[in-house]
Amino acid sequence: MTDVTAEGGKNTPSSPPLASSGRAPGRGRRDWPLYEVFVRGKRGLNHVHVGSLHAPDDEMAVHAARDVYTRRNEGVSIWVVKAAAITASSPDEKDPMFAPSGDKVYRHPTFYEIPDNVPHM
Amino acid sequence: MHEETVYDALDHAHGGEGQWAFGTGFDEPLAGVDTTVPEGIDPADLGAYCLMLGDDALVLCQRLTQWVTNAPELEEEVALANCGLDLLGQARLLLARAGSVGVLGRSRTLATDSIPDEDALAYFRDPDEFRNSRLVEAPNGDFAQTLVRLLAASTWRLALFARLRESRDPVLAAIAAKGVPELTYHRDHAARWVLRLGDGTTESHRRAQAGVDAVWPLLADLFSPTDVETRLIAAGVAVDSGELRDEVRDVLTTVLERATLTVPAWPAEHPSRGRAGDHGPELTVLLADLQGLAREHPAATW
Amino acid sequence: MSAPTLDRPAAPDEVALQAQFDATIAADHRIEPRDWMPEAYRKGLIRQIAQHAHSEIIGMQPEGDWLLAAPSLRRKAILLAKVQDEAGHGMYLYSAAETLGADRADLTDKLIERKQKYSSIFNYPTQTYADVGVIGWLVDGAAICNQVPLCRSSYGPYARAMIRVCKEESFHQRQGFELLMTMMGGTGAQRAMVQDAVDRWWWPSLMMFGPPDDDSPNSAQSMKWGVKRHSNDELRQRFVDMTVPQAAVLGVTLPDPELALDPETGRYRFGAIDWDEFKQVLAGKGPCNDERIARRRAARDDNAWVTEAATAYADKHAS
Repeated sequence: MTDVTAEGGKNTPSSPPLASSGRAPGRGRRDWPLYEVFVRGKRGLNHVHVGSLHAPDDEMAVHAARDVYTRRNEGVSIWVVKAAAITASSPDEKDPMFAPSGDKVYRHPTFYEIPDNVPHM
Repeated sequence: MHEETVYDALDHAHGGEGQWAFGTGFDEPLAGVDTTVPEGIDPADLGAYCLMLGDDALVLCQRLTQWVTNAPELEEEVALANCGLDLLGQARLLLARAGSVGVLGRSRTLATDSIPDEDALAYFRDPDEFRNSRLVEAPNGDFAQTLVRLLAASTWRLALFARLRESRDPVLAAIAAKGVPELTYHRDHAARWVLRLGDGTTESHRRAQAGVDAVWPLLADLFSPTDVETRLIAAGVAVDSGELRDEVRDVLTTVLERATLTVPAWPAEHPSRGRAGDHGPELTVLLADLQGLAREHPAATW
Repeated sequence: MSAPTLDRPAAPDEVALQAQFDATIAADHRIEPRDWMPEAYRKGLIRQIAQHAHSEIIGMQPEGDWLLAAPSLRRKAILLAKVQDEAGHGMYLYSAAETLGADRADLTDKLIERKQKYSSIFNYPTQTYADVGVIGWLVDGAAICNQVPLCRSSYGPYARAMIRVCKEESFHQRQGFELLMTMMGGTGAQRAMVQDAVDRWWWPSLMMFGPPDDDSPNSAQSMKWGVKRHSNDELRQRFVDMTVPQAAVLGVTLPDPELALDPETGRYRFGAIDWDEFKQVLAGKGPCNDERIARRRAARDDNAWVTEAATAYADKHAS
């Protein structure tokens, strides 16, 4: 398997415009990547992870994060980062299950089940 | 109340109340505000001007609300609802201001005394009494047209509100000051989308250009002050909408060019139809949705 | 990156991992995304969280139908903020599901293809504006009873999402109740509207707690794993006990002649629930199932070009 990221397949080509009428609904499209959102609620505090969202790019991600996670509360600082860009330790590094120590934050769906109608797998 | 026992189970250590929701601060828009009209300002003109700006916000809010539960992504549901809520807040303040100076049109012939001014004005005026521009009443079209219209409307309104902060009417000045950051956000949001649609796929470019072409002629309704506005400009209350033309045209041109869209020729301006109560049939339909229930129960309290 | 965990025979490691998982649950600690977890736990959670998220998103529709027609600007603001909150709740919950390896677009597809369910309560229509108030009072009230225990769910991201959801839901319930109080103080027609709405929503609200305990196949395992904290019947009873006094304050009659206080237990006895109706609605034969799904489908398909455009723009302008 190639490097499939948490956003669901960087290597999937973008669908041609015609595909939206011809293909089975929702299949084969490229979804917006998943971003993790961190918010500093007020000065003097750390940024805290509050959740995630989907956005086409960094700029839209930070914009949407303000809408969704702070409802535009002024004076709040927001960080967004692509989930795929985060490297995480496992809770127990010595555990052989997690031998490649640098891993993605979240388990990826394709580790577990590959729907039979997804192309390029 | 009994359900307190349920709330008690909540962990209150996680963030402050109200940070995650708009909460309950929805009551009387002008409560506690001194609504005295400064000397030398005609209250009838002031009220009429508030109706123009208030109706723009109310009608555009109604249009944006039509996207809720139909938007392309959940993130966009939230964003468009946010814009709608801001505009609704502006509409309530402006209609309440009109009511506070006694400008209620024919609305009070239908609305009962218990109905607040803002609702009498929103729910019990007929289409010919609405003073919104033609720009905001036009149907949404697709997502591209909706966002092009939002770009045009918020660019115009932001340019106006930024100047209106200096109004001699302190209430109007305060409403404008509150609205500026909101409108900055709306314009920003719309511009981001117009860039992405214009410079996205062939299909989205085609739709964005069609949206621009549909919205452009409606700009003609925005830049010729009415007699009411002319008198209020002289009194230091209103903004001369003719002064906004260059700024609005520059902003729109910049965004459209960056979005690889063709900027149409500036439309031939004419005295505002919308501000004169001359509206398209779409406004009648929009108001029927808005007003139907309230008019069915004129003696009700909600 | 390889996928070593797929279809791997039960290694000795797994016994140790299972023991560690069990110990975490037993100590009432939270399971976090990268922890080892039994496959059934993961799948069950995805199903539960997705169903919950779908319910928030579909739940925007019955009330959303009144957004354009709300009878005062204040009510319009409250309702718009509420419907927007529900979109936010859906997003929090899809986020939690995504920590388990699910994908939001894929879950949405499953909703639209009816492979995953949502709360059947949202398949009933909202006939009058009183329905908006009753949804706040009864439906959100029932949701709070169901959801507050989930703030202590054994799965960390779900528990954290639920804390935020519950805070906002409590606003919604108060707003709903306040609308009904106002309407009950209004005209006779308004009072009749409220009573009619209560008559229509009471039984579906009781059904929101799910089938009776002796007919709830997944419950025992869910309770053991700390994914579910109280039984369906227990939560339903709690809701009835909480709601009956509120109905008295409001001045409405709950449509159950058998509703009576049991002096021995201090709890309310209530009549038999029509589970056939519940099963019909759940099976897609409720009044609005098709309409609800059709709107989600249209939002996805008619606007797919928007999503694609933003992706194309991001590709062009990636630095």
